[in-house]
Amino acid sequence: MNIIITITVTALVVLYAGLFKAKKALLPITLIGLLTSLVFVATAWNTNQTYFGMMQMDNFALAFSGITILGTLFIFLLTQNYFAADSENIAEYFTLILFALAGIIIMVSYKNMSMLFIGIEIMSVCLYILAGIRKSNFASNEASLKYFLMGAFSTGFLLFGITLIYGATGSFDLETINQYLVGNYKSISPMFYPGIILMMIGLSFKVGAAPFHFWTPDVYEGAPTLITTFMSTVVKTAGFAAFLRLFADAFAPLHDFWLPPLIAIVCITLFIGNVTALFQKNFKRMLAYSSISHAGYLLFSLVTLSGNSANNVLVYAAAYTFASIIAFAVLIMVKQKTGNDHFDSFNGLAKRNPLTALVLTIAMLSLAGIPLTAGFIGKYLMFLNVMGEYQILLVAFAILNALVGFYYYFKVIVAMYFKEGNEIELEAPLQYKVVLVLSVVITLFLGVYPAVILNLI
Amino acid sequence: MEQLLLLLIFLPLLGALVTAFSGNAAKHVALVSAIVSLALALVMVCNFTPDASTQFMVNYPWIHDLGINFHAGVDGISMITILLTNVLVPLIILASYQHNYKSSNAFFALILFMQTGLLIVFTSLDAFLFYIGWEAALIPIYFICAVWGGKDRIKVNMKFFVYTIAGSLFMLLGLIYLYLQNPAHNFDIQAFYNLNLDSVQQGWIFWAFFIAFAIKMPVFPFHTWQPNTYTEAPAAGTMLLAGIMLKMGIYGVIRWLLPIVPTGVQDWGHVAIILSVIGIVYASLIAFTQKDAKRLVAYSSIAHVGLISAGIFALNTQGMQGAMIQMLSHGINVVGLFFVLDIISSRLKTNRISELGGIAKQAPILAITALIIVLGTVALPGTNGFIGEFLLLIGVYQYNIWVAVFAGLTIIFGAVYMFRMYQNIMLGKTNDLTITFTDVKGSEKAVLYTICALIIVLGVYPKPVLQLSEASVQHLIEQVTQKLTSVN
Repeated sequence: MNIIITITVTALVVLYAGLFKAKKALLPITLIGLLTSLVFVATAWNTNQTYFGMMQMDNFALAFSGITILGTLFIFLLTQNYFAADSENIAEYFTLILFALAGIIIMVSYKNMSMLFIGIEIMSVCLYILAGIRKSNFASNEASLKYFLMGAFSTGFLLFGITLIYGATGSFDLETINQYLVGNYKSISPMFYPGIILMMIGLSFKVGAAPFHFWTPDVYEGAPTLITTFMSTVVKTAGFAAFLRLFADAFAPLHDFWLPPLIAIVCITLFIGNVTALFQKNFKRMLAYSSISHAGYLLFSLVTLSGNSANNVLVYAAAYTFASIIAFAVLIMVKQKTGNDHFDSFNGLAKRNPLTALVLTIAMLSLAGIPLTAGFIGKYLMFLNVMGEYQILLVAFAILNALVGFYYYFKVIVAMYFKEGNEIELEAPLQYKVVLVLSVVITLFLGVYPAVILNLI
Repeated sequence: MEQLLLLLIFLPLLGALVTAFSGNAAKHVALVSAIVSLALALVMVCNFTPDASTQFMVNYPWIHDLGINFHAGVDGISMITILLTNVLVPLIILASYQHNYKSSNAFFALILFMQTGLLIVFTSLDAFLFYIGWEAALIPIYFICAVWGGKDRIKVNMKFFVYTIAGSLFMLLGLIYLYLQNPAHNFDIQAFYNLNLDSVQQGWIFWAFFIAFAIKMPVFPFHTWQPNTYTEAPAAGTMLLAGIMLKMGIYGVIRWLLPIVPTGVQDWGHVAIILSVIGIVYASLIAFTQKDAKRLVAYSSIAHVGLISAGIFALNTQGMQGAMIQMLSHGINVVGLFFVLDIISSRLKTNRISELGGIAKQAPILAITALIIVLGTVALPGTNGFIGEFLLLIGVYQYNIWVAVFAGLTIIFGAVYMFRMYQNIMLGKTNDLTITFTDVKGSEKAVLYTICALIIVLGVYPKPVLQLSEASVQHLIEQVTQKLTSVN
């Protein structure tokens, strides 16, 4: 609970600091707030506190809180001069991101479906505004509107699903629902089944899994890059944590029922994400589609529910988050210099910026899943988990998709190293350097010695 | 003594890091690192008892929860491949001395980084570690070929990369399957040897592994990436690919395929042999028609590797021992050939056979050393190629006489196209282009002399090398046949 309070209070303080034009103080206050909440995450470890049956701060919740807070912290470090170009009042950007984070903490720690809904809504409403925060930019407005309409639509599905399940079981509580399923296995109310499907659809919308992914590329492309970073890393991680918590804690007894639609979603997601990413000429849009394909790999954790599922999602999400932050950070730097985010603007980048190019290369290798990077360990764990039930065809399909992934992730490496181009020199402020170096260290460390994180949950 | 292997594996990595930050002195630093590695390998050979046991064993827990250990050791088979790697890397670095590559520190660092990957592959006794090494060797060579290669390098190397990684991902699938079958849930090679898999399972694992190895070697019909990649790669890249990297595939078959799925080999090994023999004939015929010398050598390499692969799947001591020594010889010879072609192309900017001629008059030292290398390649008695191909042919002959007849064609075909190439490049009339040719000097001489010395020494007195691997090879054959008889 301390975590949510800290984040919310920080958000309010930042808002007031903005009111009094204390621009220089915004970032330090935010960072202190986030670091404090990280400390609370660490101290609450293994205590497993429950708050009024609504939220449970178990290690699952804490681990995902930790990683989302850390991701947000990195993104805040990247705000240097970023928003200042758009607006005088940057305090509201900070506040909205922090409020979204508060919603995310609820999403990863809920024990009651009403809290799930509240968490998702707190987060989503902030994101609708953030996506459209460039008021005079057409693409940004379009992104916001699309995101809002689609998001509202999917929330409808989610709510309808919750209602049906409540009708069947008489409770919002995950544990009660689980017990209901175990106790009445032979006589489950027929309302329950459409409830599960509707919730699956609603959550698939939120995490951007196909065939409910249509909003993702446009919104990711149209929103300011830093907001896209936030959406595709922190928000996505939270979405999967919520997804996993619901299906593993509450719906696990009906695994046989919801597995076939889930596998269909996984396959379509992998295929559409990868194949469409292949044809993108825009780096940002490619990352959007690749985030869809990563959603497919992340859903693997639900295909075989085991004690390791949560941990596997954590490892994969960590790998994906830090690699993506690198990719977006470099993209921001490149875009500031060249003015566009096509692959072409990366041409010849390695010549003048060898270290930045190396960092981005490692990020791409991690996203593609090359050994000795965190991304490989993430994919490996997912494959291992699914192979545990000998779903060999599914893994083989995923491997074919991973191969497609190599093509488009290597596109940017090819552009940086092998193509001649405008020899721009990127300016990396100190904070960017810190983020890039830390992210690369985490990516390589998790790739070489993942033992530290494997038994966290 | 235990730490010797760790030092051997990680010294090149350290060398790579130092090289990366040593600016213009990079090539010297890299050479020193490679020579120290070679010295370490020689110390290891001196301390190696040539029996079937695994020596210099290291075993540290790495990722405990997933049953992954840093488990490595050296037996006779590994010893040969370690020697091959650590002899060739300094030669390849020295062979790149005359080139002025841009960002040469990165170039040499990548070579050394690759060396670590190769050494992990050749010593690991843990399947996961093996896989890591397998990929760790691929990434640097991809960058070497794609950054410093010819003008078509981007497309060609993408094909190469995706081809190889496709193979290795399905191998990973096979490894995970074995891991799950293993009641101890670890990747230990001994546990994999002891698994009881039925013939259907073994068949699937056989193909998952064989395709990965066949792509690497390459065996027909998985070879289509090879000629273009070799042609477009910078000289050092081609030498690394042909000299060392393809041996990863051969080593993989010996270490990870035959003993783990003997029934699979019994059921499907003949297909592998047939593919190898088709590859031999097919590649030889194509080599005849090549106009570019580098492509010709690339195809000849497919033919030679086909023979090695056939010799291994024949599953007898002669074939296997032949493969061992031929791995070493082929590595040395092919590096020599590509180096000679590199010397020519860096002076005359072409490797087209028809544009060359009469170089011998201008460069007698190059002509003589090149002749020795060509003789080694065509397996003239007294050179290193002879003893390997002879043993391989005996091995294949014991398996099936017709296979031996077709496989024997390599030697005849090889002699024809190799000599024809030599004749057209070195002999004949000096033309306007080749009149400017200057003879080899300095580091070039050092590389060529070393290679020629190795060719002759190994050809005249191969016994120490054969002895290194003999006990291990026999042990391996026994292990496989024992397992087969216990099944039947």
